[in-house]
Amino acid sequence: MNEIFKIIAMILIILGTLLSLVSTFGIIRLPDVYTRNHAASKATTLGIMFILLGTFLYFHYVHGHFDTRVLLGIFFIFLTSPVAGHLLSRSAYHSGVKMWDQSVEDDLKNAKDKVYISK
Amino acid sequence: MKNDLILQTITKVAVFIILLFSISIFLGGHYSPGGGFVGGLMTSAAIVLLLLAYDLKTVANILPVDYKLVIGAGLLIAALTVAGAMLFNVPMMTHAYNYFDLPILGKTSLHTAVLFDLGVYLVVVGVTMTIIQTIGEDE
Repeated sequence: MNEIFKIIAMILIILGTLLSLVSTFGIIRLPDVYTRNHAASKATTLGIMFILLGTFLYFHYVHGHFDTRVLLGIFFIFLTSPVAGHLLSRSAYHSGVKMWDQSVEDDLKNAKDKVYISK
Repeated sequence: MKNDLILQTITKVAVFIILLFSISIFLGGHYSPGGGFVGGLMTSAAIVLLLLAYDLKTVANILPVDYKLVIGAGLLIAALTVAGAMLFNVPMMTHAYNYFDLPILGKTSLHTAVLFDLGVYLVVVGVTMTIIQTIGEDE
């Protein structure tokens, strides 16, 4: 029984590490702030949650230690990391960072223009 | 154009988690990593998160606390804990502990070092918040 959970924990941790690696490649290779932020905030969130879940399962089933802090950590990362990404993107947009030159759609700009016209 | 709806909504949830976690590591400091210093820093981190999402006046309305008084209260508690040992004819800073049967918690070990730690906690919260609020209000 222990061996099964060891293997599940191992798979989860390796998956999490791979996701973090993928997000690092995304940060290096993607063209502008917004696409990089997209890669960084989504893939890393899931990667860290996988790593923490693997750690939790390992300590719960192999060492018999139910660590609520790790569960709280998973919940907290899930809650706050996308908000951090949102705020980074938003502040980048409002301080005038250009999008990739092949982007086709800018809905926020249209919305902002509408607000200014209606005022 | 101020529109912090997402940040403010998440702050309302996250502040309670941070506060609960800070109290947990404050109380668990005797047996696990943590204690008054880290707990105090984390509590003030929760209040700083409130300050980031709202402004100084709103936070002063939510938490009407003068943090300079908190520093004083913390020092007083720590000093009284140190001096309290003299009442029992033992050297200063001698701590005592015993086991008690509490209603819900069952057999619990209560230690006077927690009172000293409470002093440290209050001083850390007070000092951090005084520094940050003094820098923050630049009128």
